Amino acid sequence: MNANGITAAVGEPRPRVEGRLKVTGSAAYVADVPMPDLAHGWMVTATVSRGRIRDIDATDALAMPGVLGVLDHRNARRLNPDAAHHFGPDRGLPMLQDDAVPYAGRPIALVVARTPEQARAAASALRVTYDAEPHDTEFSMNHPAARPASTLFGPEADTGDLEAELAVSTVVVDEVYRTPEENHSAMEPHVATAWWEDGHLYALDSNQGPFSISQVMAMLFFIDRDRVHIRAEHVGGGFGAKTICGAQIILAAMAAEHFRRPVRVALTRRQVFLAIGSRPPTEQRVRIGAGADGRLRAVHHHAAFALSPLAEYIEWCTEQARTLYAAPAIRTELSAVPLDRLPPCTMRGPGATPGSFAFESAVDEVAERLRIDPLRLRLLNQPAASPVSGRPWSTRRLITCLEEGARRFGWAQRDPRPRLRREGNLLVGTGVAAAAFVAGVFPASATIAAETDGTFSVRVGASDIGTGARTALIAVAADALGVSTERIRLHIGDSDLGPNPGAGGSRGTTSCAFAVTEAAKALREKLDDPARPVTVTVDTTPLINWRPAEERNTYSAVFAEVTVDPATGEVRVRRLLGMFAVGRVINPLLARSQLIGGMIGGLSMALHEESVRDPITGRLVTADFAGYHISAHADVPNVEADFVADYEPQDPSGFNGLGEIGNAGVAAAIANAVWHATGTRHRTLPISLGRVVETAAPRDRQEAISAV
Amino acid sequence: MREFAYQRTTQIRDALSSVARHDGARFLAGGTNLVDLMKAGVESPARLVDIRSLALGGISESPDGGLVLGATATNSAVAADPLVRRRYPALSQAILAGASGQLRNMATVGGNLLQRTRCAYFADPSEPCNKRAPGSGCSALGGAHHNHAILGWTEHCVATHPSDMAVPLTAFDAVVRYETLDGPGEVPLSEFYLPVGDRPDRETALPDRALITAVVVPAAEVAGKSRYRKVRERASYAFATVSVAAALDVQDGVVRDVRLALGGVASRPWRARLAESALRGGPVTAERISAAADLEVAAAEPLRDNGYKVTLARNLIEAVLTDLAASSGAASGGAAGNGAAGAGEESDG
Ligand SMILES: Cc1cc2nc3c(=O)[nH]c(=O)nc-3n(C[C@H](O)[C@H](O)[C@H](O)COP(=O)(O)OP(=O)(O)OC[C@H]3O[C@@H](n4cnc5c(N)ncnc54)[C@H](O)[C@@H]3O)c2cc1C
Ligand code: SF4
Repeated sequence: MNANGITAAVGEPRPRVEGRLKVTGSAAYVADVPMPDLAHGWMVTATVSRGRIRDIDATDALAMPGVLGVLDHRNARRLNPDAAHHFGPDRGLPMLQDDAVPYAGRPIALVVARTPEQARAAASALRVTYDAEPHDTEFSMNHPAARPASTLFGPEADTGDLEAELAVSTVVVDEVYRTPEENHSAMEPHVATAWWEDGHLYALDSNQGPFSISQVMAMLFFIDRDRVHIRAEHVGGGFGAKTICGAQIILAAMAAEHFRRPVRVALTRRQVFLAIGSRPPTEQRVRIGAGADGRLRAVHHHAAFALSPLAEYIEWCTEQARTLYAAPAIRTELSAVPLDRLPPCTMRGPGATPGSFAFESAVDEVAERLRIDPLRLRLLNQPAASPVSGRPWSTRRLITCLEEGARRFGWAQRDPRPRLRREGNLLVGTGVAAAAFVAGVFPASATIAAETDGTFSVRVGASDIGTGARTALIAVAADALGVSTERIRLHIGDSDLGPNPGAGGSRGTTSCAFAVTEAAKALREKLDDPARPVTVTVDTTPLINWRPAEERNTYSAVFAEVTVDPATGEVRVRRLLGMFAVGRVINPLLARSQLIGGMIGGLSMALHEESVRDPITGRLVTADFAGYHISAHADVPNVEADFVADYEPQDPSGFNGLGEIGNAGVAAAIANAVWHATGTRHRTLPISLGRVVETAAPRDRQEAISAV
Repeated sequence: MREFAYQRTTQIRDALSSVARHDGARFLAGGTNLVDLMKAGVESPARLVDIRSLALGGISESPDGGLVLGATATNSAVAADPLVRRRYPALSQAILAGASGQLRNMATVGGNLLQRTRCAYFADPSEPCNKRAPGSGCSALGGAHHNHAILGWTEHCVATHPSDMAVPLTAFDAVVRYETLDGPGEVPLSEFYLPVGDRPDRETALPDRALITAVVVPAAEVAGKSRYRKVRERASYAFATVSVAAALDVQDGVVRDVRLALGGVASRPWRARLAESALRGGPVTAERISAAADLEVAAAEPLRDNGYKVTLARNLIEAVLTDLAASSGAASGGAAGNGAAGAGEESDG
């Protein structure tokens, strides 16, 4: 309780403030917002993996009812070829500019009509012909086009004498791990409604960061950012797929200008699969050398991922190798392989999620070969400071996560030998994995006004894509102002609310909380002034320490129990426990829900998710939920997520982000459990039944028969 | 989706003559498959004749003790029917292992039999596909065919039939009854789906524009001891990778009758007659079950990427028969079945 008798809101398990609106269907998502004089655009995508458009014959389409026109490279306005986003210039952003087809699924036309049905019907009457060119979509880390990845996130690690340490290691694990292309599959497909007024562009867009999208759109359309106004009030999930400026808003804005009226472009599920970036496939070689005492001596993680020549991208798989364990020699390498594929896009836990699958599987293999308990091996190699930079940790409660998780999971009773536990026809096994995820804040601005009625209007360009950011920021604002949450009026999801990083990099809520806290501090100093409203704005850019003395991460330990039917290859996860160190928790109810959601994402990645491309045409074959399998309810067991006490000293309130740490680690824990159950290592995801089914029928079936 | 006329009728004759009179007219039952394919542009009927108001929704006993399943009886109704559950448990289990509760409430007996393949190339009009566009080629043959056929395919089409319900119906020698303007007819389910040959677009022996009126399941004592087991890429809500419907009647350690059919392996439910005859009349032992399973899959010709299905089909035949043998043993005081496998498919699809 504070001096005014107000109970602190931070730390309280409060339900989402917009929960009622959402469950009653009254929360207005982009496509729900009515708009007078609205026209509808239907996106048409390329069906070849590389080539040129020979012709788009729109004769029939234009004659169809309700059709206003067709936009393609022959009549579309020019867009800025140098437009860029956070990874740098992206030549995929300017759409409908020329006849080149850089990947299958590339938007090549927009059919605009009075109703979506008319637009769709006309789009299917469009006759597109191509001059196909040979394409290359086959990913491998040994591809001749492989090259070092961008070092935008900093240089890769290289400490100690790797080869010398490997040479003196008692065991050396040297294996290759693979993860497939994956799709974010947010519930709400991408949709935007755009219109122009007096040289200003307005858009409602389903995205994860209206401010950064407004920056990209301003660049693309050669206008000042102040003339771009983008709102995203409610967003039905993103998982990274809405951090980019999507085809829907670019095409809607082009069409709105061309047809001089508001245009909505709503993608179908299939179009999201085809045209919105996915997590790229990875291939990762991990070499780890260890002594007989279980001490790691050498760690080498070389990860490669696919991207498009259109834009730079980083799938930073090597984070775990430089953070989790101490070793005298650590080398990481990251390669990018440009292919004629859909450009990738960050997907929840980018890098860390596929990277931790490879790295924490390899660590488990070290334990296996040394015949050491894998939990013990992990505890044995905990570094006092960053093994690469030598900097201390700002906070690191990973040991507590591992030990407390082990206690709750009942790890002490575990026999480390594989394939020993049977229940009927099923093999049972358990596995563990650790994970780290880099934490921090990005610049953001917040404005708070003390209103005449005693309420406080808090304006911050945050995005709530279902995370509970809105609810969390109300609590943060209330505590920072020393008032009850009822007096906070929060406004988010609007590019006019000032610079904001949006929901991404696990930094949306922490970045906004920082800005809100600082603005509240500044406002409280002015509250003695009786004039109302009093307004302050704080931008955290100058307040952020970009070179902190300590390394800042969040951590987790994940434990899994699986059953495997070797006769059918069916793997079921029976228990999943995650212990998390994520700083001070703003709202344990919502945080837990975030982490459980992330863990289910990890489970789904481990066992089910895989985008399959045709080996001949390079086109996506699994462009719907019948082909792209996500875990169903029946696959999701009792999932537990809990926190260890933690406080982030680099944050004024002790917070860290937790949006992505939930995904990392889970696939490795499950893969390690499958090994423990079956004795077989699965180094390629997903661990689907075709990979697990065993040729030899289990012999114990005879017992049942012979007794008949 | 192209515009279409919609019509609802209560008379079989009206439905038949309407479909006969209008080019491109189709029967609409639950619509769970047809409407999806219309949205995807795979089907574009000019007229839909809704048959759900016809008096074809009943489930009744036939004079010989078998069952007559009306063509528009919903999948949910068939699965929940007490007679079905008692006399043909594998049929009930198979239906419940498919789709979702909502879909089963809409889907019908006739529509289920006539649902089209889930081959992804078939569902995408921008891809070559002999089944959708005869002569355009089979994209799956050299493409992504991880979940395609291992038995009975030709280079013209390697798709599988997706129905769960049709698998036990095939094992139980069901017969499809239909009506045409020229009068009624019937065809055994074992001859209902045509061999693939070079015309995969021709899928069934149903006469053009015929209306399925019922599926008749003959009485069979063995069917009471039946089980359906479906293996799929996730725990529920996915089509079968491989499924097995099996019935086993063991008296004094000897197989009196056995029925076996596989789903997910061919262009039609695959009646495993080789395995059946290897087992019928002989003692039920692990070796014989194993040998029968081997025999049935010996003819399999896996594609480049679906060899695992041969192993899976083999193991699944063995597992289900073993469970049935064990539970028939338990009934006569023998060893208990293995709880881990078995009829665990009673839950939601
Ligand atoms: C998401 C999803 C998941 C599914 N999962 C499964 C699964 O796991 N297992 C499974 O077996 N199935 C599954 N299905 C398929 C489902 O079982 C079929 O769609 C359903 O059984 C079709 O029945 P219907 O009555 O809706 O047919 P409709 O869609 O109405 O018709 C299908 C076809 O049959 C024709 N037709 C219908 N009735 C008659 C009749 N009496 N006489 C002549 N022609 C007729 C129609 O003209 C049409 O061509 C799934 C479907 C969906 C959408
Ligand atoms: S397998 Fe059959 S349905 Fe699939 S693409 Fe080939 S012809 Fe078409």
